[in-house]
Amino acid sequence: MNAWYGIKTIAKRELGAYFSSPLAYIFIVIFLLLSSFFTFMVGAFFQRGEASLTRSFFDWHPWFYLFLVPAVGMRLWAEERRVGTIELLLTMPVTAWQAIVGKFLASWLFLGLALALTFPLVITVNYLGQPDNGVILCGYLGSWLMAGAYLAISCLTSALTRSQVVSFILSVVACLFFILCGFAPVVNLLSGWASPSVVDTVAAFSFITHFDGFQKGVVDSRDVIFFLSVILFALFSNSVVLRTHRAG
Amino acid sequence: MIIVSNLRKNFGAKRAVDDVSFSVERGEVLGFLGPNGAGKSTTMRMVTGFIPPTAGRITIGGFDVVDQPLQARRLVGYLPENAPAYTDMTVQGFLAFTAEIRGLRGPAKLAAVNRAIEMCFLENVRHQSVETLSKGYRHRTCFAQSVIHDPEVLVLDEPTDGLDPNQKHEVRSLIRRMGQTKAIIFSTHILEEVDAVCSRAIIINRGRIIANGTPAELRQRSAIAGAVTVRVAGEKAAALAQKLNALSPVKRTEVVAETAAGATVRAYPKREPVNGEFAREINAALAGSKIEELHSEEGRLDEVFRQLTMPNGPKEVLA
Repeated sequence: MNAWYGIKTIAKRELGAYFSSPLAYIFIVIFLLLSSFFTFMVGAFFQRGEASLTRSFFDWHPWFYLFLVPAVGMRLWAEERRVGTIELLLTMPVTAWQAIVGKFLASWLFLGLALALTFPLVITVNYLGQPDNGVILCGYLGSWLMAGAYLAISCLTSALTRSQVVSFILSVVACLFFILCGFAPVVNLLSGWASPSVVDTVAAFSFITHFDGFQKGVVDSRDVIFFLSVILFALFSNSVVLRTHRAG
Repeated sequence: MIIVSNLRKNFGAKRAVDDVSFSVERGEVLGFLGPNGAGKSTTMRMVTGFIPPTAGRITIGGFDVVDQPLQARRLVGYLPENAPAYTDMTVQGFLAFTAEIRGLRGPAKLAAVNRAIEMCFLENVRHQSVETLSKGYRHRTCFAQSVIHDPEVLVLDEPTDGLDPNQKHEVRSLIRRMGQTKAIIFSTHILEEVDAVCSRAIIINRGRIIANGTPAELRQRSAIAGAVTVRVAGEKAAALAQKLNALSPVKRTEVVAETAAGATVRAYPKREPVNGEFAREINAALAGSKIEELHSEEGRLDEVFRQLTMPNGPKEVLA
């Protein structure tokens, strides 16, 4: 029995768990409502007169994810710990890694599905003008990668506690750090008293900075590696937390 | 099948399990007894590989639980304390998931799920969500999960906790039946269960094994084991006790009950009685009295348990 089989079985169960509760449907509806509202009302999609989704749509994603992704990820381990099913899961013939990756993949696929359901926007912009669909696709790819990074952090904070609420708050705070360190007002504030190299280092950790390239249609390997390494690092910490928790 | 040697577990400064060794063979049912917090669950969690031991070694079917966890876990079915189950799934869905993660697919998976449902009497709730189940059903669902792959080793942490008397009976006979072909460890603090189910029992207190033997052997350690209790009509307890005390094999007597109708007195022998000779001697000595009842005490597990696990050290063992 290979590792992939265990991962697949766990991922399938997790996906089922989303759709057997109202969470999945509420999440998708809220995500779609929010993204449309911000795109058309706040993002002034029509007034811009550009056939592009960059500023009007993708710009909001780091902020949506700040609250929505922790809501998806908060139950992953906290619920297992609260109900005690973690004891079942981790005594099954699967490794902790397979469980971690299975849970992560299920939630990531779910986020991907929610993101894909914004496709009417792509149709709209194609109907109204001639956008560069490569740029749009690239934006989607970047957005999904960024969602993965948020999610991995949520997995980590979820493993830290048996309370979903605590997990949610911890994860929002951690993600907020990753946004703010590259948020223009914060960068400006920092550059007032820190040396430019410090400002650059801090800004280099920002989701916004790394997402920016994707929005413009540039798939920079450094950005891809950044998001993937955040994911890997957070999942690795997740496994350390689980091990420490079990070792007592 | 299961070999545990010098197992130890520290939680910070607290030693939860201390130098525990035992082994269980196929066809054996080992009862794990002990007061709350004695280290029963901790030991079981280590045997199933949920928590790593601080020191010591556990092998299941020859596989080391720490070094070859997957091979060892494949042989084990585990019912954790409080019988957790995924509340967002149906009974059938939950069992199908556990069958699948154990490597069963297609028709084999379906057959395993059906067998487990039948075995644990879950047919009525097959399509019900685990969240809405009563405690007994939820318990049996988790139990079904532990036997879904027909494992060679079963580790059951308080399998009858929270069940009604009928369900308790069902689960016990199930364990006894499965115990003929599997190696089973189960923990309990219900002593009658040990008699009903176990071929061997271990009493554990404050992390240490303090007794290990068949239920009959353990009962022998009871203070009243070997004593003879006799009920005689129309006699005063003091007079009866005096009569018995005068006999040469009697060490001392104890008045159990006295009513207007008669008295019940227990006589303790000076040395271990063989083949009921002590009872016969007492019977002979009381010839002429109206004996209503006379029996040799086998000893009681609950008494042994109390003797061994009292927090202020074991009481003086009499006789």
